[in-house]
Amino acid sequence: MSQKILLDKINIPGIKTYDVYRQNGGYASVEKALKTLTPDEVVEEVKTSGLRGRGGAGFPAGMKWSFIDKKSGKPRHLVCNADESEPGTFKDRYLMEFIPHLLIEGMITSSYALGANLSYIYIRGEYMWVYKILERAINEAKAAGFLGKNILGSGYDLELYVHCGAGAYICGEETALIESLEGKRGNPRIKPPFPAISGLWANPTVVNNVETIAAVPWIINNTGAEYAKIGIGRSTGTKLISASGHIKNPGVYEIELGLSVYEFMNSDEYLGGMSSDRPLKAFVPGGSSVPVLPANLIYKTANGEDRLMSYESLSDGGFATGSMLGSGGFIVYNDTSCIVRNTWNFSRFYHHESCGQCSPCREGTGWMEKVLHRIENGHGREEDIDLLLSIQSKIEGNTICPLGDAAAWPVAAAIRHFRDEFEYHIRFPEKIKKRDHFVEEPFEKVKHLVSKVIV
Amino acid sequence: MERTYHKQEINMTEALMSRINELISHYPEDKRKSALLPVLHEVQDAHDNWLSIELMNKVAEILLIKPIEVYEVVSFYTMYNQRPVGKYMFEFCQTSPCCLNGVEDLMDYTCEKLGIKVGEPTPDGLFEVRGVECLGACGYAPMMQLGDFYKEHLTAAKIDQLIEDCKNDTIILHDK
Repeated sequence: MSQKILLDKINIPGIKTYDVYRQNGGYASVEKALKTLTPDEVVEEVKTSGLRGRGGAGFPAGMKWSFIDKKSGKPRHLVCNADESEPGTFKDRYLMEFIPHLLIEGMITSSYALGANLSYIYIRGEYMWVYKILERAINEAKAAGFLGKNILGSGYDLELYVHCGAGAYICGEETALIESLEGKRGNPRIKPPFPAISGLWANPTVVNNVETIAAVPWIINNTGAEYAKIGIGRSTGTKLISASGHIKNPGVYEIELGLSVYEFMNSDEYLGGMSSDRPLKAFVPGGSSVPVLPANLIYKTANGEDRLMSYESLSDGGFATGSMLGSGGFIVYNDTSCIVRNTWNFSRFYHHESCGQCSPCREGTGWMEKVLHRIENGHGREEDIDLLLSIQSKIEGNTICPLGDAAAWPVAAAIRHFRDEFEYHIRFPEKIKKRDHFVEEPFEKVKHLVSKVIV
Repeated sequence: MERTYHKQEINMTEALMSRINELISHYPEDKRKSALLPVLHEVQDAHDNWLSIELMNKVAEILLIKPIEVYEVVSFYTMYNQRPVGKYMFEFCQTSPCCLNGVEDLMDYTCEKLGIKVGEPTPDGLFEVRGVECLGACGYAPMMQLGDFYKEHLTAAKIDQLIEDCKNDTIILHDK
């Protein structure tokens, strides 16, 4: 068993309640920080820990905190990004639903470090029952004296509230999230200025993912140096992985970074292998936005080294032969899955979720969806594959926020690794008429048809 | 797009107003507008799950903002409905991991059973089926949202049961 620091107490009966959480060592980090550490010392511990943002970008959390503008004298805010909506990702919900006080404890300790007296948890509107769980947990923490004025007699004040979104993936982007928290449409802002200088209501603001903030109590209780000992290289600590698709045991797992992908996929402690005897075809390691990898690049990198669950190993080889850890949305496909259909599905998602502010994304995601739809439905043209590559390259890097890149990458990766499958769809439309065309006749069995046609 | 005018009875009950005022108190006094999204959820839940122009105007009046500031938000976010919708809205997640687990077949099954198409309520206004994008329940697929709650690991038999429960009015839609 690898070390658990986020989910170690999740199975204790009643851990959702303040009393049980407190009896099991909860809120110790708030006591330690407020009574024995200065805010800057808390920031230093988080820096030492090497903790990286768990929302997807992997930016060092301590460094992000150190950018917050303390000189202007404006009120500062910590905003927790609980707008989890990256396809394949459902880890934050698990944490908030079953151990809500861990996030609240992390919010208090982290807000203290940043000198924030008014902080928010922004949760997606669909998680309405979790919103209510958090609201009740905040009330409990307040009644126990961990929120409000002069917390634990330290002179530090903090108000914490939950705020809900209303069904927009784009609000997971930190500046769109801030716009949404201000009661506006979720249109991302141009950076700079970064939120650390001008964020919520133009005040200095830090936005962190749920899992990032939930790791802070352990770091404060056990020191950043101890945290840095877990994991591998610059991938320190543990990571929650949301596993779905054609696997035996879907669910949320806490792993030590550096675990091999093979062990994660096949050991009974984790995914337990494939859900049926159908072989592994492809996987997406970090949510729909990151490149898909074919079976031969899953367990080994292009150099033949073991592929590990870490920021570095999953991106080994760049986009040519690697992918990204992203948000840890681990989606597994067996040979009945159609890569074209899956890519069309993701493109529809990004088209639906584009905020419409930047033309390359607004128009390009729609074009990609339409072209992929016609290929998947037997109306593809030979030149469509290059057309898709051309559209995606015109979106990538040309938009205000990373949604454009997130929409472009999966399309490029699917063509990079599965081009023959796209060609098959275009050349043999009569064979892909049924929605589940690869169930009876997996691509492996008909692959030879594509190579025959090439002159 | 064709627009039909639907009238909506507006009823700002005392309980609703007190919840709205509580939500407003979560933000600095000069930042009332920040309460817009949570307030719209509350108001919509209390008004048959949709927001008429008149109701949006009422929200604008309460938050001391212009009506356009409410309309532009309502039209941006998918969870706000601008027309009457089925009382029991089956919102199926149709993003990849749910598709790998057969959600498309289940949606077809549900529509056929209810005799409707996606996005059209039943004539009695009781049911509606919608396809939505990733709800963050990929490991528990196939699934749907019904009111404030998720219904996961769905099967045709579970759909049959849910429809029965809705007809018998034994489904809890909101956690208030």
